[in-house]
Order: sequence, then structure tokens, then C-alpha cells
Amino acid sequence: MAEEKEPTAVVSEEQLDAESKEKTSDEKKIPTFDRDYHEPAVTKRIAAISFGLLSPKMIKQMAVCKVVTPELYDKEGYPVDGGLMDTRMGVIDPGLTCKTDGKRLKDTPGYFGHIELARPIIHVKFVDVVLTMLRCACRECGRVLIPDNKVQKIAKELDRIEQEEGLERRREAIKDIVINLKTTSKCPHCKAKQQKITIEKPTTFLESEKRISPIEIRTRLEKLPDQDLVLFGLHSHIRPEWMILTVLPIPPVTMRPSITLESGERSEDDLTHKLGDIVAPEIIIEDLWDLLQYHITTFFDNNIAQLPPARHRSGQPLKTLTERIKSKEGRIRHNLAGKRTNFCARTVISPDPLIRINEVGLPKLIAMKLTVPEVITAWNMKYLKTFVENGPAKYPGANYIIRPDGKKKKITDETKEASLEELQPGYVVERHLLDGDVALVNRQPSLHRMSMMCHRIRVLPYKTLRLNPAVCHPYNADFDGDEMNLHVPQTEEARAEAETLMEVQTQLISPRYGLSVIGCIQDAISGAYLATTSLTFTREESIDLLSAANIEDYSQLPDKEKITGKELFSCIFPKDFDFTGKSKKGEPVRIQKGKLIEGTLDAANLGAGSGMLLRGLHRKYGADETLTILGNLFNLGNEILVKYGFSTSLSDTDLPQKAQDLIQEALDQAEKDVTQLIDDFHNNTLEILPGRTAAETLELRILEVLNKARNKSGEFATQYADQNTNLVVMINSGAKGKPLNLAQMAACVGQQAMRGKRIEKGYFDRTLTCFKKGDLSPLARGFIRNGFKHGLNPKEFFFGAMTGRDSLMDTALRTPKSGYLYRRLANAMQDLRVEYDETVRDSSGKIIQFQYGEDGIDVSKSEKGMLNVQRLIDSV
Amino acid sequence: MSKTKSEVTHHVLVPTHEKISDKEKQDLLKRYNITIKELPMILNKDPAIESLMLKDGDVVKIARASRTAGETIFYRRVINA
Repeated sequence: MAEEKEPTAVVSEEQLDAESKEKTSDEKKIPTFDRDYHEPAVTKRIAAISFGLLSPKMIKQMAVCKVVTPELYDKEGYPVDGGLMDTRMGVIDPGLTCKTDGKRLKDTPGYFGHIELARPIIHVKFVDVVLTMLRCACRECGRVLIPDNKVQKIAKELDRIEQEEGLERRREAIKDIVINLKTTSKCPHCKAKQQKITIEKPTTFLESEKRISPIEIRTRLEKLPDQDLVLFGLHSHIRPEWMILTVLPIPPVTMRPSITLESGERSEDDLTHKLGDIVAPEIIIEDLWDLLQYHITTFFDNNIAQLPPARHRSGQPLKTLTERIKSKEGRIRHNLAGKRTNFCARTVISPDPLIRINEVGLPKLIAMKLTVPEVITAWNMKYLKTFVENGPAKYPGANYIIRPDGKKKKITDETKEASLEELQPGYVVERHLLDGDVALVNRQPSLHRMSMMCHRIRVLPYKTLRLNPAVCHPYNADFDGDEMNLHVPQTEEARAEAETLMEVQTQLISPRYGLSVIGCIQDAISGAYLATTSLTFTREESIDLLSAANIEDYSQLPDKEKITGKELFSCIFPKDFDFTGKSKKGEPVRIQKGKLIEGTLDAANLGAGSGMLLRGLHRKYGADETLTILGNLFNLGNEILVKYGFSTSLSDTDLPQKAQDLIQEALDQAEKDVTQLIDDFHNNTLEILPGRTAAETLELRILEVLNKARNKSGEFATQYADQNTNLVVMINSGAKGKPLNLAQMAACVGQQAMRGKRIEKGYFDRTLTCFKKGDLSPLARGFIRNGFKHGLNPKEFFFGAMTGRDSLMDTALRTPKSGYLYRRLANAMQDLRVEYDETVRDSSGKIIQFQYGEDGIDVSKSEKGMLNVQRLIDSV
Repeated sequence: MSKTKSEVTHHVLVPTHEKISDKEKQDLLKRYNITIKELPMILNKDPAIESLMLKDGDVVKIARASRTAGETIFYRRVINA
């Protein structure tokens, strides 16, 4: 039913093509460029799909020729009539025309041919069905081995099952019936005795050890009456004897093209080779019957378990029909489900803080390969001609021109002059990418929508894609060898969509938590922190810094010789911007009328995923303005750090003697406490925790003591460390590192844990052979007393390596697991949406939630998933 | 109910389930412009409503504690197991 209207649509398209062609040739009139013209869509709902078999009659009907000889080409190299490359089945040589439709190479779709097989051949893909039918049908009268009165009843029962429980259950029910019939030994219709039918894989059928020929099988299947076929799951318009081939369709030449090697020799497709084998034997003697069966079997499937695969002369197995379709490299997964695009690029990424956040640096090499189509009009003709003049090899050039009839022409040095002459309105020039063109940039895994954003192109030298480091966070990218993909939208609609929906500034606020996903990172945070805490600059320095950071409005600088970092940063904010927040330390940060009155700018306000400051800017000034301000903050922070001179060294982890003594004391005390605990345990004087054994209690208590000791030594380290070292600046500003990292370097690495316990692995009752059996002391169970700077002793190092290896394994195993979990969630929820009545519903209108998230808040319009009620009240 | 089974509805984590009247039910369907089929489902033998002895087509109102909204109301239609 669904097919009825389709052919008419196709026909009209053909007519349209023919018409436009006629016009160009006869009247020399150039029709308007209609690349984007589409046939009005015909929509139909598919009611059912019915699968069937090709009957021999059908095969002959759809065939355009009969293949009689395995010859391919005659002496002149033309395809032989009645051969496997017969031109009626399509052509693969330029210059020849197809005899069926008169079209040339690439225009002709190709047509099926057929051959008459000398003997019937069993189709390998249907042996299972044939076997069950032979077993279930009488060998004399051909009826199914079920009494007449029951056939109808079972058929009805099957229909009921399909109605109520679906097709899947019907198939199972049919399977059950067939299994029961296998053992029936007497035909209920003609009372003939039934014999046991077995199969010798792949295609030999035996009846009581005697071979049944395909001819015999075919006559038996012919006897099966139509009304009994339902019980095997076949429609009545399909005949089972069609599963035994008497005629074989020959696939069109166009789907098995030969390739011409460099030596001028022709190399035929695997399918052609196989078909040659099938057509070859003219006169069939009984021995050759099996050979023909083998050839046809391997033509369909060359991976049958019991058959040796047919091979090339080189010994490599042929790729026949089944191999073309299945597996990862097959038609389905590789060609249909494998989505690939043109106009895309992939390379290593590297940072460039000098380009804008919404830009992407594109190597010139790539900019000359990827193009954008531009339609010539009277007004841009001169402009576009300059690209054609430059050609494909000189930078702002063009690679192709497209004529209004859709013909694509490559621009080369030879054709350049002619192309230039030819150009007129209606033509399209595929020009090289220019600064300001848009492109989609993507990094896998694309876990959220910010993984694919639209950037403006900036053509740069060298061979890597350049990103502003501020966009690393949404892409989750770093520059240790990461590669990213880039796509160039080719139509006006695609570009508009990319710009309005996907450009970086439109993605600033994360729909996950309602804060900016893009913020300052690393140096920018350290710089801002330093400037707003302690630095002062001369007027000249300030101007220097501002201009280096691309800020040209100096009017906000106070009229003083000494300018503080706070005053410098105040130049960036809009004059009417008010903000109160908290710094990382919890101290208030106040901006009034665009002036930073008090507080320091650090990761809590500037950072990605935490910046309340950025959220405030976004709310008041919108996405574009926020991105500019963010870029300025980022640049100024970086410039200040460059000017300041910033690096970290080993001496940054130095601690005063007093701190070192305190740490040693704390660790000594902890070790003493643990020894005491162990003694208590051995003397049975340990106070046992409720619900625990003595050994468990001991472990818990020891862990507690050791953790306390490590925390204490960490506290000492951070407390006594020089607050002015760059390492501590990075920690305090939130740019990089945690107090724990300092403590591990300066004081004590701490307890190594595996599965939440102290290390127990290794030998019987001990972790390493240098310990006594049953030694429960901290050092024997993976407590690393030394810090990284002091250096670890061999035992400690070994324990460190154990947990290191363990966590490496853990991440390697967890990533695919959590990835799959996320994928299932995403697929399950992909078309849920919030309706106008605020309910969340699926595609069929079923309610999933009565209020989105139970509170109805659009997170991307909130601040950290909450509404700031106080500010709403204040603003009224 | 057997004596060995404890009453789940007494547990702190089980929200209160109650049947709503026919009038309330009609109002609900009208409010969301739905037929009863669009409502989420609950089995009549679900331990949380087993003791209410509900039948197919009844609607239960569930008042849950919500992390985001304090308390939230949810509706489910009862289906036979």
C-alpha cells in the first residue's frame, strides 16, 4: 500500500531532469540555480511490511538478459552479449551505453539478469526451513502431519497469539508445533509411514541414511498445499519450492564493478569471479552437481562452517553476498549506520590565549582544502572572481565552481581562464575559508551539548587547531595530544542555525547546574588573585597591561600614580555593575558601580563551573557581553602573571624547622598510638566497637589514628608554609593544586588504601617478605611516612606503586562502564520534553513528571539550580 | 497480610499514598488535558497501596518529600497485576 504513490514522485523528478536538460541544450537558456529545490514531500504511514521469496517466474520477469557464457569480454575488450558483463545489465566503462535504458556510466542503475540452472540447487539460507517442512509434511501425499480438523484450529490459535502477544510469540508457537511433529511416524491423511529425515550440513538431506536429491525435495515441497503453509509461518502467496533454486538472478554489473590495474590489466569483482564458476559447467554430470551446489552456496555465503571458503588464486577468501552485508565493515554498520561527512577536518589541538574565546585557529593548509559555497550575484561577482583568479594553490582562492545545472568543475591552472570567462550570476564558487567563517568544533566523547560548539574561524600558520584555553573545560580537552574535529556548514540555513544555537557564547550557562561552564583557568586565576590581593602598578605599567590584554578603554583608571590591582580590574566591568559574593576563603567580594571595592578575585568567582560573578554578568548584560568581559579578565590575568614572573620550585615546599619538628612529633605519636592499639588487641584489652570483630575494630581504629596524623601534618604544612611562594598562591587562588598536594610533598604522603582498607595483599599474613607474619604496624601495611620531597624508602615506594597501579586499572575499567551507563540513560530520555503545562512527557504524551524536576525550575535560567529569591525581592 | 511481613507504609522513606475521589480524579484529568492512560502506573499489589484494596482505574495521590521542592505531589493510576 505504501508503495503506491512513491513511483509517481520518482517519475516526476525524472521528467523534471529531462526538461531542464533539454532547455540548456536547445535554447541555451540558463535556468535559475535550483540546488535547494525540493520535491514536495509525500508522507505516508507504513501499515505493514511483508517479506517474501522470489519465484522463478519473478526472477525471469525482472531479468533483462539470460547469461549463457562465462566469457566477459571479446578480443576488442567489449562485453560479450550473453556474458556476465552483458551491457543490458548496466555498464561500468566510460563510453559504453546500457542497452536497457540507453544511459551511460553512473546514470544507469544496472539491471538483473538470470541464468537457468542445469539442476535444482538448495538455497543455503533456507536449509533450516526446508528441513522442518520435509519433516513435518507427508512424504506421500504432501499434507502437513496434522489431522484436517486440527489444522484450522491451530491456524486460528496462531492468529490469536499474534493479536494478543505479538509476532515474537507467534514464532515461538510455530516452533513448538514443529518440534512436536518431528516424531510423528504416520500420516494422518493417507496413513503412509514417515521416515526419519536428517541433514548433513550444509546442504545434503538424508532420508533413512539415503540421500534425497534436490529434485526430489522440490517435488515434495510442491505437494505441500497452500492452506498448510500458515503453520510454518509462510504466507500463502509464497511457495516453499522456491527455496530450491532453478533460476538464479545475476546481480547488475554496476554492483560488481571491475577495476583496471596500473598495468592495464582488468581485475574482476569477487562476485563476478563466483558467477563465472556458476555459469561455467555447460553439461552437468552427477559429480558436477555437487560442485554447482558448492559454488552457489559460497556465492551466497562464503563463511559456512562445514565448507572450505572459496578463495582467490592468492589464497585470500572471496567476499560474496553475505560478507558484503554483515559485520562491522559490512553495508549496514559501515555504510548505512556509519555517518561520515565531507567538509570536515581533524588534527591535534594546541592552546592560543591570543585568539578570542569563540574563535578557532585553523591551519592555512586546512583552510585551503575546506570550502564554502558562495552564489554569484551581480553585486559580489568581482569579489568572487578574485578567488577564482587565485585558484586552488594560492591562499584566499577557490577549488571548484558549480554551474547552474549542478555540474561541478575543478579549478586548475589550465581551466582557470575558461572558468573566469564563464562565471556569471547563478554560478557558485567554492571558496577557501576566511577569517570569520563559522565552523563546528567537536571533541569526543560528546557527552553534553557543549561538546560541539560553533566557533569563528581564524586562519593561522602551522598545522594544529588552536583553541583559547578557556574553552577547554566544556570540551574537557587538554593539550597532551588531544585531537578535535571541525565541520564547515555548507548552507545559509546551517550557518544561521550554528550561529544562533551553537556559538560559544550561547553555551556559556550550563543546563546542568546553571553556572558558566567557561571561566578563567590556571594563570589567569593566579594573575587576578595576585593583582587583587597585593600588587600595585605605576600608571605606565597599568596602561601597558591593559593594552596588552586588548582593553582599550583607559577612562576607568583612577587619576593616580600608584594603581592597585583592584583598580586595574575595575576597568573591565561595566559602570553599572553591582555584585556581592564570596571569595574562596569566604571573605566578601563587592563590586559597586563597576568598581571592585573589596575582596579578591579567585577561582570561586572567575573559575569555570563556580563563577557566580560570571553568572551575574550574564544575567545583566547577556551572552555576547559576558564573553567579551570574560576574555578581558582572562587576558588581563595572564598579562599580569607574565609581567610578575611566575614559576614554582622545589623550595616552595620548604618548611621551617619548627613545622618539621611538629610534623615528626605528630607522626611519632600516631605510630606510638597504633603500637598501643596493636598491643591492646593482642592482650585482648581493646575496646570492641559494637557490631564488629576485634580485628575489624583494630583496623578501623588504626585507620582513624593514621588519618588524623596525616591531616594534622597537612595542617602544619599549610599553616607554616611561606604564604608568598608561588605554590601557595596557586593553592589559595584555586588555580591549581589542593592543600593535600602540598602536604604530600612537604610532609607525609599518608596511608595507601586499596578497596577502602589498608594494604593486605601479597603474601600469607604479610604484605612483603621483609615483614614478619602478622605485622600490623603502619609501615607494614602501606603507611607512607615520608613526603615526596624527602623521598620514599623502597617499601613505601612499592606500596605507592601498588595503589597507583590499582587506580590506573580502576579508571581504565570504569570509563567504558560509566560511558555505557550514560548512553543508556541518554537514549532512554532523549525525547522527553517539558510541555506548556509544565509536565514532562514522552513522545506519546504520557506523563513522566508533573513538574519538571519537581520544582519546575529551568536550571539554565537559574543560579546553581536555585532561584535567588532575595535578589528578586530587592529588584521589585 | 501475613504476620511476618512488616507494614511498609509505616517506614519513613515510604511516602503517603491515598486514593483520590472520582471528582478529584476528573479534575486532575481535566487539568492536564489527558485521558487516564497518560498517567503513570502503579500495581494494585504494590506494597505501598496493598492495604488500600484499590482496583483498576483508581488514582492514588502520593505526597513525597523532594530535595528540590520540599514536598511534591504525584499521581498514579492503579492497574491490576
